[in-house]
Amino acid sequence: MNYTFHFGVVWDDWHALAWGTWLTIQLSASAMVLGLLVAIAGALGKTMGPKPVRWLVDAYVEAIRNTPFLVQLFLIFFGLPAAGLRMSANEAALFAMVVNVGAYATEIVRAGIENIHRGQVEAGLALGLRPLQVFRYVILFPALQTIYPALCSQFILLMLSSSVVSTISAQELTAAANDLQSRTFRSFEIYIVVTAIYLALSLAFSGTFAAIRRAVFVETGKR
Amino acid sequence: MSATTGAAGGEPIITLEGVSKRFGSFQALRNINLEVHRGERIVICGPSGSGKSTLIRCINQLEHHQQGRIVFDGREIGPHAHGLDQIRREIGMVFQSFNLFPHLTVLQNCTLAPMKVRSTARAEAEALARRYLERVRIPEQANKYPGQLSGGQQQRVAIARALCMNPKVMLFDEPTSALDPEMVKEVLETMIGLAEDGMTMLCVTHEMGFARSVAHRVIFMDAGEIVEQAPPETFFAHPKSERTRTFLGQILPHG
Ligand SMILES: Nc1ncnc2c1ncn2[C@@H]1O[C@H](COP(=O)(O)OP(=O)(O)O)[C@@H](O)[C@H]1O
Ligand SMILES: [Mg+2]
Repeated sequence: MNYTFHFGVVWDDWHALAWGTWLTIQLSASAMVLGLLVAIAGALGKTMGPKPVRWLVDAYVEAIRNTPFLVQLFLIFFGLPAAGLRMSANEAALFAMVVNVGAYATEIVRAGIENIHRGQVEAGLALGLRPLQVFRYVILFPALQTIYPALCSQFILLMLSSSVVSTISAQELTAAANDLQSRTFRSFEIYIVVTAIYLALSLAFSGTFAAIRRAVFVETGKR
Repeated sequence: MSATTGAAGGEPIITLEGVSKRFGSFQALRNINLEVHRGERIVICGPSGSGKSTLIRCINQLEHHQQGRIVFDGREIGPHAHGLDQIRREIGMVFQSFNLFPHLTVLQNCTLAPMKVRSTARAEAEALARRYLERVRIPEQANKYPGQLSGGQQQRVAIARALCMNPKVMLFDEPTSALDPEMVKEVLETMIGLAEDGMTMLCVTHEMGFARSVAHRVIFMDAGEIVEQAPPETFFAHPKSERTRTFLGQILPHG
């Protein structure tokens, strides 16, 4: 192999990659928070809603989980404007990520809810809580606690798959790297560095998730 | 104990008229007629699967009956009754498996419903909770989680949690069946304390000593029917039905 590495090119433009990294963090974190809200609403509809709502949630989850993310992204960015809904690339990217992760997370949260012992619900109802109050105060927290690790894995996958949104020129790390590459042609160096950044991001998100778990899910003793 | 002498009078707080309940094609309750008076204490016993749990769970509509009427405090209860939650808040229930909320402390278990259902202010709800935790004799556990307590302590918290809603009636579904023998006594003592304070109680239990000392009336169920009911002295000394005698022979020491 007679390739000579020139990481200097990447170093000269470090602020472009740093900015891209920051945008990826923002985009991913926003999609995680909004996606979790979608998932909670979806799981609520699926477990407690009337039949039409359950069908609707099923249709949403199946449609998203059985089609490629890239196609979903194109549909939203190139398709929706035809229906009069115009979005910037960044908005479309966030929207697509929320819709996508919301479907996967709906299934995860639903599994957590169904894992809750029926007696918990009955105790809540017997105390006079209305069904929605039972969901909010009795079911939701323990459900999230049990599925938290699965949810975190899903969120890491989301962060990694956010690189796909560079295809519609949304601003994030991979787009910044592509841009730098087209100016310098030092693809190998750039993507080695970008790979390292994604790895570091995964570890950083994992660490943050662990810290959140320690802060939120208190030690409640043996069950 | 003087409990049995204060025979309950007054108007019924719970009335069941011809109540029947099926699970699919299985008939769990057959034409149940029952009046519970204010201040009355009823013990329900019978073999496993005879419909005891189903009966008391119909009273707060954790199970929905298909035929007959259930009236609580002048209001008919049904699956579509408006304000089912409003009726439930006046009926306390204690389960065999405690069903405390594992993610909430003992105190939070007790304040949740008063705060969310009755909109009681936190300070007031906590004062109330501490009063009832005192009464079930575990005030020092207020800030622990249910998982850190023994079964007997958990069941006493469950009783305190129900009492915090100031219920007009308390339903117990085999409250001591899941407990180790040494913890049965502490829970029964708590229930006897409630009885002495005049609480209206329906208890599914096989603790016949409790029935003798506390109940005004003992009901024997079999195959979804009320087979026999009588004050405890009569019930235990002169059971009328053969089924009752067989059952008592199985559960009472020396037959
Ligand atoms: N959710 C249910 N679905 C189907 N059958 C049930 C259900 N709950 C109770 N049963 C049946 O109804 C009968 C009465 O049950 P239950 O009231 O729990 O009896 P007990 O409390 O006297 O042991 C039993 O045969 C039981 O199998
Ligand atoms: Mg039972």
